[in-house]
Amino acid sequence: MNGAGLRRFGLGLLPWIGAILLWYAVRWSGFVNVSLIPAPHQVAAKFFELLTKEGLLIDIFASTRRVFLGVALGILVAVPVGFLLGWYRPARTFADPMINFFRALPPIALIPLVIVYFGVDELAKLVILFYASFFSGVIVMYEGVSQITPLYIRVAQTLGANQAEIFRKVIIPLTVPHILTALRVALGVAWATLVASELIAAQRGLGAMIQNASTYFLLDVIYVGIICIGLIALIMDLILRKITARLLVWQDRAIA
Amino acid sequence: MNKRAQFDKVSLSFETPKGRLNVVEDVSYDINDGDFIAVIGPSGCGKTTMMSMLAGFQKPTTGNVLFDGRPVAGPGPERGVIFQEYGVFPWLTVKQNIAFGLTLNANHVPAAERDAICDHYLGLMGLSDFANSYPKHLSGGMRQRLAIARAYAVKPQFLLMDEPFGALDAQTRSNMQNLLLKVLQTEGKTVMLITHSVEEAIYLASRIVVVTARPARIKEIIDVPFTYPRDESIQERPEFAELRSHIRQLVMDEYRAQQAQLRPVSFSE
Repeated sequence: MNGAGLRRFGLGLLPWIGAILLWYAVRWSGFVNVSLIPAPHQVAAKFFELLTKEGLLIDIFASTRRVFLGVALGILVAVPVGFLLGWYRPARTFADPMINFFRALPPIALIPLVIVYFGVDELAKLVILFYASFFSGVIVMYEGVSQITPLYIRVAQTLGANQAEIFRKVIIPLTVPHILTALRVALGVAWATLVASELIAAQRGLGAMIQNASTYFLLDVIYVGIICIGLIALIMDLILRKITARLLVWQDRAIA
Repeated sequence: MNKRAQFDKVSLSFETPKGRLNVVEDVSYDINDGDFIAVIGPSGCGKTTMMSMLAGFQKPTTGNVLFDGRPVAGPGPERGVIFQEYGVFPWLTVKQNIAFGLTLNANHVPAAERDAICDHYLGLMGLSDFANSYPKHLSGGMRQRLAIARAYAVKPQFLLMDEPFGALDAQTRSNMQNLLLKVLQTEGKTVMLITHSVEEAIYLASRIVVVTARPARIKEIIDVPFTYPRDESIQERPEFAELRSHIRQLVMDEYRAQQAQLRPVSFSE
């Protein structure tokens, strides 16, 4: 790592150190009952205990798999639907109110219905995450696609491109950035919805772990769960940003 | 002389909420093989619409726009277009941009020849050092050169240029004009150039079509008395100054007419 890289790393680390110090400070200040705030080192100890004895990795894997599947399926459907809505104005006029209606519904409000129609198994959780990813992704897709300028298509036509070539060589490259943005937004929303989806009788998963811990007032376990969710979401976002930077080197703003 | 493009009593109008808007009205002229036609007129008069009909993006309301004797049905690679906004593909490198047209089925360029064609135009446009750069790293003048190289690579016999140098600074603009003259000298093409610069029209064109304020009608068609090859010294000649003041007068009259018009809706060209 060179000097500039080291400085950037340090700069990124600083707020985390600040947050931990603040955490200790609140605990020691005496304003809050100490038993309500486990210390960072206690949470860290709990983390290792859960990791080694309680199979925290299984929870992490269960949650990550749900988020991954939900987002993958949601985006798989959101890309073609969002593309059609963005490309054909009449389709947008037709579907826009409907999509905004469903998007505005918090997934947690749908849980009772999801249980009725899809039961309490893995499928039910997937449906909730799919719902959340699809509606957040589809909006990003069609907003983006509707802003694609016809200029590049005209240029391609004057060079002799036929419909298939225009689609393959112009429209797809112009759509990729919007797919990646949709993916990022959907990932964020899916992690935010995870705990709600795991409210449905989940045995394992970070959301389930938090739920169960709250029943027994295990604050340190709750902290571990929250921090794990945040960290995994952060790592997934970082990976996606790296991929985006690689795929979109041509863009003016490098996101790396 | 072989007629390449013909405007035959061409009119184009739009239906707007406030009534019919005539953009082009009863325009007739021919563009012959090897001509360099400059179309000049006040901005917003419908010059670009004329070009757009020949390019195949718009259809005349009445009359015919013919290319090689047949009505224009749509865009095609035999009519290269250089857009005002350049339209270089930002997701492709400079070389890939030039190669874009060569890889299309319509142009039948064998894969083995593409590289040599790209290199030729990279060199001609002074872009060799930037072959693998993305357009975001190019200046305005370089992007314009890239757009020209890309259009040339598919070897259109006819070039349509919509105020191609309008956004460039004076120095770059004059370099680009000289480059265009040089390239035309070696590649021999028919050109229709839309411009609002009187000097540019005289310096480059063999014939100048002056159009009126909207609706665009033909005000005057002027033959430019200079032969090719040309260089900047012709701009010092008295004929150049005479022609310039004549055309400037025509354009200014139309500009005033346009200002006087009570415009119901504001339309760009």
